[in-house]
Amino acid sequence: MWKRKDLLGLKELSIDEINMILDTAVPMKDIIKRTIKKVPTLRGRSMVTLFYEPSTRTRTSFEMAAKYLSADTSSLTVATSSVAKGETLIDTGRTIEVMGADVIVIRHESAGAPHLLAQSVVARVINAGDGMHEHPTQGLLDLFTMREKKGDLSNLKVAILGDILHSRVARSNIWGLTKFGAEVRVVGPSTLLPGEFKKMGVQVFHNVEEALRGVDVVNVLRLQKERQKKGLLPSLREYAKIFGLDQKRLSLAKPDALVMHPGPMNRGVEIMPDVYDSTQSVVDEQVTNGVAVRMAILYLLMGGGTGNEIIN
Amino acid sequence: MRLLIKGGRIIDPANNLDSIGDVLIVDGKIAEISENIEVQVNKTVDAEGMIVTPGLIDMHVHFREPGYEHKETIATGTRAAAAGGFTSVACMPNTNPINDNQAVCSLIKQKAKEEGVVKVFPIGAVTKGSQGEELAEIGELKEAGVVALSDDGKPISNGEIMRRALEYAQMFNLTIISHAEDLNLAVGGFMHEGYVSTVLGLRGIPSAAEETMVARDIILAELTGSPLHIAHLSTAGSVRMARDAKARGLMVTAEATPHHFTLTDEAVVGYHTATKVNPPLRSSSDRDAILAGLKDGTIDVIATDHAPHAREEKEVEYAYAPNGMVGLETAVPLVVSQLINQGILTWSEAIAKLTVNPARILGLPLGTLSIGSTADVTIIDPQQEAVVDTAKFQSMGKNSAFSGWKLQGWPICTIVDGQIVMQSGKILA
Repeated sequence: MWKRKDLLGLKELSIDEINMILDTAVPMKDIIKRTIKKVPTLRGRSMVTLFYEPSTRTRTSFEMAAKYLSADTSSLTVATSSVAKGETLIDTGRTIEVMGADVIVIRHESAGAPHLLAQSVVARVINAGDGMHEHPTQGLLDLFTMREKKGDLSNLKVAILGDILHSRVARSNIWGLTKFGAEVRVVGPSTLLPGEFKKMGVQVFHNVEEALRGVDVVNVLRLQKERQKKGLLPSLREYAKIFGLDQKRLSLAKPDALVMHPGPMNRGVEIMPDVYDSTQSVVDEQVTNGVAVRMAILYLLMGGGTGNEIIN
Repeated sequence: MRLLIKGGRIIDPANNLDSIGDVLIVDGKIAEISENIEVQVNKTVDAEGMIVTPGLIDMHVHFREPGYEHKETIATGTRAAAAGGFTSVACMPNTNPINDNQAVCSLIKQKAKEEGVVKVFPIGAVTKGSQGEELAEIGELKEAGVVALSDDGKPISNGEIMRRALEYAQMFNLTIISHAEDLNLAVGGFMHEGYVSTVLGLRGIPSAAEETMVARDIILAELTGSPLHIAHLSTAGSVRMARDAKARGLMVTAEATPHHFTLTDEAVVGYHTATKVNPPLRSSSDRDAILAGLKDGTIDVIATDHAPHAREEKEVEYAYAPNGMVGLETAVPLVVSQLINQGILTWSEAIAKLTVNPARILGLPLGTLSIGSTADVTIIDPQQEAVVDTAKFQSMGKNSAFSGWKLQGWPICTIVDGQIVMQSGKILA
C-alpha cells in the first residue's frame, strides 16, 4: 500500500516506493494503448493543476492521466488566478482544497513551494517541478523508460548532459538512479555544473567525450537561452560546439545507447537534429510513459492498490 | 529606593569580578558589591544559584518603527529585549523613513522614552537613504544621539564612499558598522552556496560575497586609521581576516549572532523560512570557525540581529520570504547552551561579549557593575530549562528557527536604572 500523503521528490522515496510506482505504471500504459482509453477507477475524484510557470506538456500529461482514470480535472494558471492579485500560495491552495480537490498538482518557479503547500492543505500534493529542486514525475518517467528498454536499472551507466546546476530533472534522475545503484555521470560546462554534485554520488565531467564513453543512456537537458545573458556561457554557438550531442559524440556510447530528452528541445543547440531523429531516440516514448507514470501516481495517491486490478 | 540582589554569582568582566556576593542598588546606581550586605532595603531579590551580570547590551537589533509597525514597534521590541535579559539595545536605521536625519533619530528616542522598557540607542545611516551614494549628515546625527553608523541590510558598495565615511565619522568618534556583502556575488541567492543549496535547488550565496567586502573594509580601515565593526560575521574567511587585522593592530571589531554560531545550512532543509537570514546560515566548517573566533577573542560581540517579520510575510515560498530571524528572547539560553555548557566560552568571556565589549564599541558608559555606574543588571538562572515557545514571545515577530528547541540557562530578571522591568518572564514596566 502507498503510505505517503504527497509526492514531493525522489530524494525521500525508497526503492520500494519507486518500484511500486513503476510497476503500477505498466498496466496504466496498457490503458493508453486501448481504443477506449478510459477506466472508471478514479470516478468522482478531482485533480487541480496549479501552475505558476507555463508548461503545456506536463500539465496536459497530468490532465490526460487523470481523465483516462475518470477523475475530474481543473487547471489554474497564474495569469488567470487571484495569485496575480497578490493572494498567497497557502491561501490559493486552501481555496482549491475547500472546493473539493483531492489532489493538487503544483508547478512553481520557487524550490520548496510544493512543500509549503503540502504542509498547508489536507489534499494530496504532487510536485510537477519546483525551481531547481526536483521534478519527480519526470524523474520517474525517465526511470520507467530506462527500465522498460534496458531492464535492470542497477547495471546502467547513465550520462546526464547539459545545465545540471539549474535542472530539477537532473536532480530527480540522480536521486532515482543512484538509489538503484546505477552509475551516473553528469557532464556540462563548469559554470553550470559545480563540483558539489559529486557529493550526490555521481561522477562530474566537463568533457563530453570522456563522459559518454560506454554509457547505456544519454539524457540530454534543455539549455535555457537566458544562461548566456547571465554570464554563465559565452554563446549558444560555443555551447553547441563543445557540449551539443551529435552523432560523433553519441558513437562513443554503447551502440544501443538510448537518447533521452525531457523536452522541449533546442535543436541544434543541446541536441543535433539527426540525433533526435535517430532510432536511438526514445523521446516520444518518454512522453507516452509520462502519462502512464502520472496515472500510476494519481492512482496510488488517491488510495489505490497495486494497479493490477484496475485493468480488469 | 534601595534594591538588594542577594547571594548571586556576580560576574563583571569589566572589573575582572567573578565571585559570590550581594549587589546593592541605591537610587538607580550600583552602590556596593560585597560578600554580605545587611542594610534596610525596599526590595530584595534572591539570586542564590544565579548569575548576576551587568545589564546585557545587544548592539544589533531591528525595531521596525517608524514605518513597519506591523512587524515590531519600539514598545514591543523593548519588551522582547527585557524578556531576553537585555537592558540596552542599539537599533539599526533601516526603518521607513531611514534614520539618516535628526528627525527620525529624535522620534526613535522619544518613542523609546515614552514606550520603551529598556534603553534604546539609535544607529544612524552612513549614507542618505542608505543608498550608498552620499554621506548622511553624520555630524547632525551625532548631535541627535546616534551611537554608531551603518547602512545595515545594505552594503556600501562604492569603495570611495566607504573610505570617506570612515574618515568623516572619525571626527565624531562614531564607529562604522559594516554590512559586508558584494551584491554582484550574492545576487539571486537565498542561502549559503554549497552542497545543501545544490540539493535543495535554492540559489546559493557564496562565502566570497561576504569575504571580498570584509577584505575591502579592513583595507579601508587601515587606510583611514578609523575604527571598523563588522556585523554578523558568517564565514571562516571573514573570521580569519578579522583575526589578522587585529593582530596587525587595526581597530577592527566583529560580532557573531546566536543563529550563526548555532545553526548551519542544514537547517534550511524543509524550506522553513525562519532559516532565511542575511548573511545566510553557513557550513559546519564556517560555524566551527565562528566558535573558534569567539573563543580566541577575534569576535568581540554577540549580537542578535533581531529581525522581526509579520507571520504572513514569512509564510510564503522560501524565495519570496524576507531575510531575518528574531533573536532577543533566545540569545541568552543559546549562549549558555551552545557556548558555555559546551566549553567554548567561560561565563566571564561570554558576558564580556554581551556587556563591556559592545559598550566600548558604541562608546556607552554601560556594561559594568562598577560602583557608581548605572544600575543595569541581568540575572540568569543557569540551570533553568525551557522549550522555546514563540507564541509566548514579547516580540511581534515569531520567526525563530529555534521554536521547539529545549534550551538551558534563561534570564530571570532584568533591571534597568535600578528598576525591575522583567521578572520570571513577566514584563513589569
